[in-house]
Order: sequence, then structure tokens, then C-alpha cells
Amino acid sequence: MSVRLPGWKEMAIGGIIVNPGNSLEYKTGDWKVLMPVIDQDKCIRCRICWYVCPDNAIKELDKPHTTKAKRVYKISYDVDYDYCKGCGMCAQECPVKAIDMVPVEVS
Amino acid sequence: MQAQVQYKRPIPLSTNYAVAHAAKDLDVDVIAAYPITPQTTVVEKLSEFVANGELDAEFIHVESEHSALSATLAASLAGARAFTATASQGLAFMHEMLHVASGLRAPIVMSVAMRALSAPISIWNDQTDLFNARDAGWIIYFVHTAQEAYDTIIQAYRLAEDRDVLLPVMVGYDGYVMSHTTEPVVVEDRESVLKFAPKRPYPYRLDPDHPVTIGPIVPPEYYYEIKYQQVKAMEGVPEKAEEIDREFGKTFGRSYGIMECYMCDGAEALIVANASYAATMKSVLPDAWKQGLKVGLLRLRLYRPFPVKHFVNYTSNVKSVLVIDRAISYGAPYQGPLANEIAGLKVREDLGFNLTSVVAGIGQRAMENEDFLAIARLAWEARTRKYPETIFYGVRE
Ligand code: SF4
Ligand code: SF4
Repeated sequence: MSVRLPGWKEMAIGGIIVNPGNSLEYKTGDWKVLMPVIDQDKCIRCRICWYVCPDNAIKELDKPHTTKAKRVYKISYDVDYDYCKGCGMCAQECPVKAIDMVPVEVS
Repeated sequence: MQAQVQYKRPIPLSTNYAVAHAAKDLDVDVIAAYPITPQTTVVEKLSEFVANGELDAEFIHVESEHSALSATLAASLAGARAFTATASQGLAFMHEMLHVASGLRAPIVMSVAMRALSAPISIWNDQTDLFNARDAGWIIYFVHTAQEAYDTIIQAYRLAEDRDVLLPVMVGYDGYVMSHTTEPVVVEDRESVLKFAPKRPYPYRLDPDHPVTIGPIVPPEYYYEIKYQQVKAMEGVPEKAEEIDREFGKTFGRSYGIMECYMCDGAEALIVANASYAATMKSVLPDAWKQGLKVGLLRLRLYRPFPVKHFVNYTSNVKSVLVIDRAISYGAPYQGPLANEIAGLKVREDLGFNLTSVVAGIGQRAMENEDFLAIARLAWEARTRKYPETIFYGVRE
């Protein structure tokens, strides 16, 4: 990891958070080992993954998609990898097995 | 500006009352406390001050010491000058909050009328309570007179609220022997006390206009550095404390240093003692010298952080150092906690003296002048012989 963390002199005392709202900068999804990948062709837009994800990491997007079988969907489901922690609930619950859990490649 | 220090007439006060007067003269804003023997009269007196309108403070009556320190801490974080007092089981009950207070760097001051811990139940004095709390990240003073207690509470707020320090402070004195014994004490006026120790509230205080988050969970990547900040904050304390004490002396005419060496000129052996034992030892030492025992007293005043430089300076040329502990560290190499610590320092600094560990006065077992003379003799004899085991002085076979 090449991120430089602050030294003791640079940090506020007592672990106090002095800049409000900085939790937005905290991406909680950086420690997954498996990541879900949604097959947009297989997905039937049932919304179950969106519903079960404990991290609200499934995004419902206004993104049309036409399958190879020429079926047209107005929306798509995609994963926000900044927050997905790789628990696999979505893949487990997807009724058509449209989600694959694949190993995260560490660069 | 006054050109000269005005000396005032002393009034009779117990150490507990002296502490209460100090808190009043420092104009504390919040007192959250639970009465526990032998501390009770501190908070009784303070509640009287508040009830009589002599002190404009919130007095929070809590149901336990855990709550007492929690409320004191919250008040401190909200920007108030907050005070509490405790002893024994109460201090033990606060233990969790002791770490929270120092970890959040709250400038709280707390007096401790030291007392034995259960079981069996003993309401009497020893120092097991404070020694069990020594690793909680608080600055710790031991005082040996009621006057010193009054003066030290004032110095303690200056120190705690210093921007380079921001640590809570405990001021310890012996239960009953000091807490309930009356002595002449010079009490200053509030104006000069506040001029010496003006209120400097917590810098990140809770304020809706400047929102902060206090007390969040901190992951492993950050926790260590924040704890190291506490280490560094402690490091600067001895110098700061000395400076504050010196300035206190200039203002009020009384100063103590951070470690006192009494009758040390020409002494070949030193006794390390604190609080009332140090006071009694002072009165006994002239007799010891008459008997040919050239023994000095090293009185601990600032205990955390330990004034290492002073200790090394005073002990580098003596043949024997005897440490009196009024607490037991069961099963430790030396079973007096302080002796154990000084053993480490002796190795670290390569000091040549013979170290003797004496445990005495547990549960306020009576210690008479003859006992102190006997201990002085032990210290003297230890120049030429080593006592590897802790001596449990006065325990019956
Ligand atoms: S793997 Fe878990 S966290 Fe990630 S999107 Fe699926 S349910 Fe959400
Ligand atoms: S659970 Fe499966 S089918 Fe349903 S929306 Fe999610 S990916 Fe598509």
C-alpha cells in the first residue's frame, strides 16, 4: 500500500474528528477478497440484491440495457465497489444466479 | 502590580477542606461527585459552598463514581472547569472512565484521599487505590500537607489546561491521617488564584457552531499514534510542572519543586516516601542523624510522570535507597509497587545503590516515630547488605 498515513504530530488529539462529515471520505469496501459482478444479460431486474445488501452497495441506475435476446430494460443494477465489502449476500440471493463472486485483483 | 508577596493568616483546615477551598477559589463550574470515605467531607464542603452561593457551580449528585467521573468528563469536554474527588472503591469503580478521560485529554482535576481496597473491607488508609490507577494516563501528585494540597490543586489546573499538556491530574493524600487532620492553611483570594490559573477550557469543546466528533472508534492504523501523543504530552510535564511551581512560589510565597530531597547533604542512604509518611519521616530524621544514621528523605511529589532526572541526580552518589510502599503488588519481583519501579530505573540508569523494598502501614496499621526510626536504621544498614526480598514491616508472625 502506498497511501501515506498521518504521523502522530499531524493528528488531532484523542482521536477527535475535527472536520465534520469526513466519514464521506471513508470508503468501507477496501478489504473485500471477493467482489460481485452482475451479468446484465442474465439479470431480471427483480431488485432482490438491492434489497438484501447490508452495505447499500447495490446501485439502481437509470441506465437502459438491451439483452442479446433483445429484451429492453430501463434500469440496471450495479455495484458500488467503494462500499461493497464482498459478503456475497447478493450473489446468494439472486434468483437467476446473475451475480458471480470473483477474486479481487490486488495491484 | 504588587511589589511584594502578601502573606496571609492561616486558617485551620483538614486536607479535605483545603482541597474544597482550592476548588472553590478556582471557581470550578461543575462538580460531579459521590461521597466515599474518607473523601466525603471534600464534596460535603463543596456542596455547602454551592448552597451558600459562595461558589457558582453545578453540583451534580450522581449514583456512583463511574457516573461521577463520566459527568465530570462530559462537563470538561463541554468547556467547563470540572472537578471531582474520590477514594478507594470509588477510584476503582472509576477505572474505566480514568482511561477515557486521559484518552480524550480532558483537563480534569481530581483529589484522591487514599484508602485501602476490599476485601476484607477496610475504610482506613493505604495507597493501594492510587497505585492501582497509576497506568491510566493521569498526571499524579502526592502531597504531604494540607497547605500543599490546596496549592497543588491550583497548580494542577494550570498544568492540566496547558495546551501542550491537556491531561487529567490526580492529587493524592493519605486518608484520615491527612484527610481528617486539621492544619493551619493559608487560603488565597479567588481573584489572585484565577489570575494565576485562568480558565482555559478544552479546545475541542462541544459547540454546535463548530461540530466535532469526540470519542469515535479508531482503527489500528490510527490508534497507536494517538496513544503516542499521550506519551509525548507526559514527557513535557516535569519541566512544565516545575515552571508552574516556581511561578506559584513567586506569586504566593510557597513552592515545593517536583521532588524534594530533605536532609540529603552528606546522607549516605535515602528513603523514598510520599504523602504523610514523608511528613513523619521529616520529623524523625533529626533524631536519626543524632543516632549516627546519615539518612535523607527523597519525597515524591510529582509521581506521574516520574521525575527521572531528579531521581538520578539525588541517588547517584548514595549507597542505599529504601523505598517505603503503602500498597502491595502481589507476586511482583519487589512487592512494593514503587520499589519495583525504582528497581527498573536503577537498571536503566546503572545506579549503584542497594535497593530495599519495605511495605508498611497496610490498612493504616499504626506507624509510630520509633517505626520510622527503625526504617531509617534499615536504610542505613542496607549500605553494606542487600535485602533481596520485600520486607513486610510490622506484620505479625
Ligand atoms: S457482496 Fe455483499 S456488500 Fe457487496 S454488493 Fe453484494 S451484498 Fe452488498
Ligand atoms: S438479484 Fe439478481 S436478478 Fe435480481 S436485480 Fe439483483 S442481479 Fe438482477
